[in-house]
Amino acid sequence: MENWSYIIWILIIPFLSFLFAALPGTKLKSSVSGLVGIASILSVAILSYITAYSYFFVSGKIDGVFQKIIAFNYVWVRFSEVLQIDIGGLLDPISVMMLVVISTISLMVHIYSWSYMHGETGFARYYAFLSLFTFSMLGLVLATNLFQMYIFWELVGVSSFLLIGFYYEKPSAIAASKKAFIVTRFADFGFLLGILLLAYYTNTFDFITLTDTNGTLITNPVAATFMGASVLTWAMGLIFIGGAGKSAMFPLHIWLPDAMEGPTPVSALIHAATMVVAGVYLVARMFPVYLMVAPDALEIVAYTGGFTALFAAVIACTQHDIKRILAFSTMSQIGYMMLALGVSGYGGEKGLGYMASMFHLFTHAMFKALLFLGAGSVIHAVHSNLIGDMGNLKKYMPITHITFLIACLAIAGIPPFAGFFSKDEILVAAFEHNKLLFSIAFFVAGLTAFYMFRLYFRVFWGKKQAYHHAPHESPFIMILPLILLAVASCLTGFIPFGKFVSSDGRELLVHTHWNIALPAIGFALTGIFTAMAFYKKETNASTDITNALGAVYKWAYKKFYLDEVYLFVTKNIIFNGISKSIAWFDKNIIDASMDGMALVTNYFSDKIKGAQSGSVQQYTWWYMAGSIGIVIFVLYFLMIK
Amino acid sequence: MNITDFLLMRHELLLTAMVLIMLLIQIFTSNDYNASYFAMALFFIITVFGFVPSEKGEIFGNMYITDSLRVLMKNILNIGVLIVLFQSGEWISKPHNEGKRYEFYLILISTLIGMNFMISAGDFLMFYLGLEIASIPLAALAAYDKYRTKSSEAGIKMILSAAFSSAVMLFGISLLYGTCGTLYFSEISPQINGNILQILAFVFFISGLAFKISLVPFHFWTPDVYEGAPTTVTSYYSVISKGAAVFIFIILLFTVFKNLISQWQPIIYLLAVLTMSVGNLFALRQQNLKRFLAFSSIAQAGFILLGIIGTEQTGMASVVYFVLIYIFSNLAAFGVVSVVSEKTSKETIEDYNGFYRTNPKLSLVLMLGLFSLAGIPPVAGFFGKFFLFSSVASAGYYWLLFIAAINATVSLYYYLLPVKAMFINKNDTPIEHIQSNPTAKTALIICVVGLLLTGFAGVLFDYITSLSFGI
Repeated sequence: MENWSYIIWILIIPFLSFLFAALPGTKLKSSVSGLVGIASILSVAILSYITAYSYFFVSGKIDGVFQKIIAFNYVWVRFSEVLQIDIGGLLDPISVMMLVVISTISLMVHIYSWSYMHGETGFARYYAFLSLFTFSMLGLVLATNLFQMYIFWELVGVSSFLLIGFYYEKPSAIAASKKAFIVTRFADFGFLLGILLLAYYTNTFDFITLTDTNGTLITNPVAATFMGASVLTWAMGLIFIGGAGKSAMFPLHIWLPDAMEGPTPVSALIHAATMVVAGVYLVARMFPVYLMVAPDALEIVAYTGGFTALFAAVIACTQHDIKRILAFSTMSQIGYMMLALGVSGYGGEKGLGYMASMFHLFTHAMFKALLFLGAGSVIHAVHSNLIGDMGNLKKYMPITHITFLIACLAIAGIPPFAGFFSKDEILVAAFEHNKLLFSIAFFVAGLTAFYMFRLYFRVFWGKKQAYHHAPHESPFIMILPLILLAVASCLTGFIPFGKFVSSDGRELLVHTHWNIALPAIGFALTGIFTAMAFYKKETNASTDITNALGAVYKWAYKKFYLDEVYLFVTKNIIFNGISKSIAWFDKNIIDASMDGMALVTNYFSDKIKGAQSGSVQQYTWWYMAGSIGIVIFVLYFLMIK
Repeated sequence: MNITDFLLMRHELLLTAMVLIMLLIQIFTSNDYNASYFAMALFFIITVFGFVPSEKGEIFGNMYITDSLRVLMKNILNIGVLIVLFQSGEWISKPHNEGKRYEFYLILISTLIGMNFMISAGDFLMFYLGLEIASIPLAALAAYDKYRTKSSEAGIKMILSAAFSSAVMLFGISLLYGTCGTLYFSEISPQINGNILQILAFVFFISGLAFKISLVPFHFWTPDVYEGAPTTVTSYYSVISKGAAVFIFIILLFTVFKNLISQWQPIIYLLAVLTMSVGNLFALRQQNLKRFLAFSSIAQAGFILLGIIGTEQTGMASVVYFVLIYIFSNLAAFGVVSVVSEKTSKETIEDYNGFYRTNPKLSLVLMLGLFSLAGIPPVAGFFGKFFLFSSVASAGYYWLLFIAAINATVSLYYYLLPVKAMFINKNDTPIEHIQSNPTAKTALIICVVGLLLTGFAGVLFDYITSLSFGI
């Protein structure tokens, strides 16, 4: 047995770095806090790699099964004999994989930001928040129990809020950060209810106990039902609402596009690679429970994922803001992951969907972070987010161009880039389980290729722009992460992922299913060539199509008016209809009775003040009266007993 | 009896040694300007030594008992006294204290010796001795600013009330002796059967302790004394003296008077309700911060009683834990108030309007202290209250819990008043920037660290729980 207690440093180091950057405020030189941030995340990354190496290759496996290891544990609050909250570190294939993903992307973003955020006021604040986020995210994946996960879940939400609103002088940034916080917080309420419900019926928060396939929850689930569904389905469904909020699943996705108001590296880290997949991670974490106890809830997961994948991809085809396109593509890809989980079974070949989902999470993190950082590099050069302001950039920014192209090919699912392998597994899993979901996924794959290459051609090819200042390639510090991530996007697809991560911890051999892969590649290529035909050179074809589609295009462009629907519902129905009457009740009934109570309290307070007269004789009189009063009270009490 | 047995009472011996050393220094030096530093250094060493693990044992024929829970209680008191000493530097260095600085520390440490003896007492005589060692010098401390009428008034009121209370208590003890024929705790407790005479004795005896903890209606001396005494002394009263009395209270209730549990539970119930409510009602209208803290500390004592009424182990543990947190919270609040009142002699809540603009750090400390007293997470006070409440809930006293919750809400209101004054209210002439002296700063830092950390240290609570099984 190896000693895993050093894992705790993976949490402590970024937290200390957060304190170091945050506490002195502006007194510290901002470059110092940046350097400390980078150094600390570098050491976290090294620790994570060591952990991954020794877990996957040295001692994680016993009898061919990857074990669930409690690296450290600490009882925080003990509610009752059975129910307690622990703070600890749980190592299993998915958490170790997430450690690698988070620390890698976070390291890249830390380095990249050094140059991207250079000269910003609030540079130190930025690094403080980044460290806080990294700490919370690592704590989330290492959580040994639902409650710990919930705590870090909220911390992640807070740091995301802080980073989206980083430019707090911009009203749109403030609005976006509030929107993100409120929407996810609303979803988290469902999560909390789910946790409480589950804990009430199972008396535990612990993941290992809950997901044990021989444990009481799975072999002997609670029979209670509520409104036609079992309470456990309710609980798991509510927990999924939390996950859907963080992962921007329809209809809780509305915050993610606006969250692009934050600095671009932040979008790469939080809103593409790590935080938004927390929902996927949560479902994967509780997967055996979903599958064996609450299959209905898992069905919801699958369809929510499939619908979101399609919905977001359609919207992505119509957007003009480079970061928003990427945001919708993120939603679409996360929809993929959810879908894959939803169609998965448990154990052996049946668990293909689970493996595929985690595999896609992993590869997606690499190429999506690359896309965002590349977009950041472009924005850095042309000082605009709109693809209308860009064009022909391949001449000015060769390295950004090549790396961006690699990422686009990866997300479009063209072999041999990473996205192909993971997407193929998802398609296979969907094909075996549910033909409808498969056709959605298949269609979305082509759509993805189209909108990504629409973006690519508009930005790097297309018409010649008259730039004020000729754009130039970004500095080396920004290029370096791009190159590293591009290498990762090329190579990670070849990792035999099933060897490491599978639903039951046993090795799962995977091979490419060419009968599904070939049509998918063909479809993706169609998408790419269509995009090329429209956007490589400046033609009227695209506007013609747009005009021909007319209302449909406008619909999609306006994101199907969902924001407006929400606004209408909150403003007209909730605020005016419900809230106003409640407010009246609150003001005139509740407040008034509280005021009355306060008046009475004040009245007594006034009256009673007289007793504090200042004369010692009176005090002793009270003393004696009190003693004797108590004696009488006890005797009376005994008598009535 | 073995010479090594004396090591069991090292807390008392070390403190006595400290008193003697300071006495000698006082005699042989003419200048007492460094008295506070001597006291702090010596006491710091004693505090550290207190944490050396010790054994369980009884000496002097069961007159003196020690075990790890009692040692923990003494250590908690030591930490509190250390903070008080750190805070005393500013006040004691004032010129009007010249020539009586050593005396102050002599007297203060003597009272602590008395409290330690009370905690370790194994017999009522020993207990009474400890009580008197603790109370008479306390009155002297209250009157320490003797040129100030209010201070001398506080001293007189204290000594008169204390004398009365001692008399009643002694009467209770004598009745107990009459029914049992012995004064040893271990011999009395099996003989307690709940006859009327014993109940009378118990109530008179408990009144004396209730007086020390300032439970309603035995609390009337508190506000006058707290207001009149020098602020350092007030914080000593409200934290150390009260904490020690609470410790003794739970020890006695759960050992000697264990058989009377069905009688004393309703008493505690009644006292808890009265103390919380009346303390709150008084605190609601106070303008003077010292008086305000005095009344709020009465209400806090009511909350402490909640833990006593709960089941034995968790109840006891939650009380000890709460007292530890209470020490940090109250001393943080008193620390700031005393710094401000020594420097500017401003004490009302209105004076604190706009305090944050000029003294951001001090206002943050005061805010944390008040938050903790009010029980707002994530400050330690929240966890303290949480465990008290859950101990009441597990004992099934839901009505009591309800009353306590209402009182906690009311207290929230008045604890936030000073916070509002500091941070929100506008003021053209706020208190100017205050440079507090280094020892006072250290004290505040200890308090803040304690406030932020004790809540999260679940181990601490588990440790205390495990100790309370031993008693």
